[in-house]
Amino acid sequence: MNEELAIQANDLTRKFGDFAAVDQISFEVSQGEIFGFLGANGAGKTTAIRMLIGLLAPTSGKASVAGFDVYTQAEAIKRKIGYMSQKFSLYTDLTVWENIRLYGGIYGLSEDNIKAKAEELLSSLQLESVRDKRIGSLPLGWKQKLAFSVAMLHEPDIVFLDEPTGGVDPITRRQFWEQIYQAAEEGTTVFVTTHYMDEAEYCDRVSIMVDGKIEALDTPAGLRQAYQADDIEDVFIELARGADRAE
Amino acid sequence: MRTIKFLLQKEFLQIFRNKGMLPIIFLMPMIQLVVLSFAATFELKEVDVHLVDFDRSATSRALVTKMQATGYFNIQSHSQDVDDGIRMMRSNDIQLALVIPQHFERDVTSGSPTSVQLNIDAVDGSTAGLIQGYGRSIIQDFSVEVQPQIKQIQQQRRRAGINIIPANWYNPNLDYIKYMVPGILVVLVSMIGMFLSGMNIVREREIGTIEQLNVTPIKRYQFIAGKLLPFWIIGLFELVVGLLIARLGFNIPFVGSVLLLLAIAGIYLLVVEGIGLFISTITSTQQQAMFIAWFLMVVFILMGGLFTPIESMPGWAQDLTLFNPVAHFIKIMRMVLLKGAGWAEVQHLVGILTLMVVIILPAAIFRYRKSTG
Ligand SMILES: Nc1ncnc2c1ncn2[C@@H]1O[C@H](COP(=O)(O)OP(=O)(O)O)[C@@H](O)[C@H]1O
Ligand SMILES: [Mg+2]
Repeated sequence: MNEELAIQANDLTRKFGDFAAVDQISFEVSQGEIFGFLGANGAGKTTAIRMLIGLLAPTSGKASVAGFDVYTQAEAIKRKIGYMSQKFSLYTDLTVWENIRLYGGIYGLSEDNIKAKAEELLSSLQLESVRDKRIGSLPLGWKQKLAFSVAMLHEPDIVFLDEPTGGVDPITRRQFWEQIYQAAEEGTTVFVTTHYMDEAEYCDRVSIMVDGKIEALDTPAGLRQAYQADDIEDVFIELARGADRAE
Repeated sequence: MRTIKFLLQKEFLQIFRNKGMLPIIFLMPMIQLVVLSFAATFELKEVDVHLVDFDRSATSRALVTKMQATGYFNIQSHSQDVDDGIRMMRSNDIQLALVIPQHFERDVTSGSPTSVQLNIDAVDGSTAGLIQGYGRSIIQDFSVEVQPQIKQIQQQRRRAGINIIPANWYNPNLDYIKYMVPGILVVLVSMIGMFLSGMNIVREREIGTIEQLNVTPIKRYQFIAGKLLPFWIIGLFELVVGLLIARLGFNIPFVGSVLLLLAIAGIYLLVVEGIGLFISTITSTQQQAMFIAWFLMVVFILMGGLFTPIESMPGWAQDLTLFNPVAHFIKIMRMVLLKGAGWAEVQHLVGILTLMVVIILPAAIFRYRKSTG
């Protein structure tokens, strides 16, 4: 297994009954890369992520994350990764600080470390003012920011962001991408799904998934050139023309 | 250990913040204890009586008056035909047909054997038992009163020790509370253990918060300890409060060791929590989990000797009691609290409960998955 690779997938497949939600996808993500995982709703992005982070058993194929096998070393993978799920999954009846403290504690950070890390994250995301507010009362954009900071709390090698900018305003989206860049600069590998095609331009490389399969994978510039398109959106429309699952 | 500390902190914060659940957890069990204990008593309400008095003497009238005076019997009608009484019983108008034979007065005053017939509607077995008990003691009392002077002296010598029995019958409900309260305490503790911890896990699965926990390197036993411990503590706390209410409110004697009882309750809570946890691993919604938990709970309670003594159940049902943790703990509770049983008398029951913990808890932990297949 290649030590340089953060993620490696080989014919990774997940079926629900006869239906292949993820159909033999293969790709590699290098360390420190920002990898955009694009696809329409229902293409299979979330299912693929869930297999990579050990929440869902693959039906067939191979995959490794941070050098660990997804079948046999899921718990080792979990020590190396952060995850922000598409569906908000922090505790809405706890405050911002209580959520951070809980996850910091679970990841084994010391009390001082948790405090320092919380302050750092809250200030960089401009969330200090709501430190002691229950999350349930916050607007969606702020919740998403918080979910991101919890995913980054323990300084993971790889962070999986499942539609982090889904439903948030343009300004918050912009902030998000600044955070993602910063994380990448500090050496974190970023695996990010989105269906905003303009965001693809921020990624080092992007894959485009259609109906469970990866139909294209290259740098944004490479894709535009190959499809002779002005932007990724056009590439995507070209590829998605034959899709069955579009909603 | 540190991880579990953070999980406990989180659970308790959530429990005490949940304004909907707090009263359910803390207030309802107490109300239930008080209400159930009073409502479930076997106090005889006024019984409607059809009187068939073939003697129509001063003595027979005196007996009837005495029965009415107790307030438990109400003569609704009378005739000279026993069949009238049976008919009225069939149409639910009366519960008792009282038949006083001819020559009742003569026989009673002369000391000859005589009998009064109580025809009781026994559809409701326990009420029938009470009517019989109350009726018999009134009539016994009455026969003592009307014995001629000479006989009475003999009689009283013979009856001196026995006369206490009717006194008990007149007020059996106090004893019944003593019998009920320990059992109801068991039910309350069981509900906390079986419903809350399992339901809590299913809820986290339903709203999706469990995903975020499942991608952390948290260990299964840590997660489960974090879920079981809070309700274990709350269960014991409620038992203590319940025992206080039993002691101060109902005057239930604590003949045996309360510490022993609490220690056993600690084991018992692990059994019911294990069952709740197991249910959570085989269900995906709170509704499903609730339904299964309720089903089990009702079976456990009905077959656990809370209302009907286990000894009066059919043999196969008695054998099944072996697998019923509620039955064991009710038995232990009554033995220790009311009869003062110690470790020696209850150790075999505690052994069974411990065995249950050792089976169900690992099975539930084993079944719990951080990932879906
Ligand atoms: N647990 C499941 N059971 C059955 N079908 C599922 C399940 N999870 C996802 N799917 C299906 O798999 C497909 C891919 O879903 P998903 O991975 O969530 O797509 P995306 O994240 O790209 O929007 C969808 O058609 C979805 O309905
Ligand atoms: Mg998705």
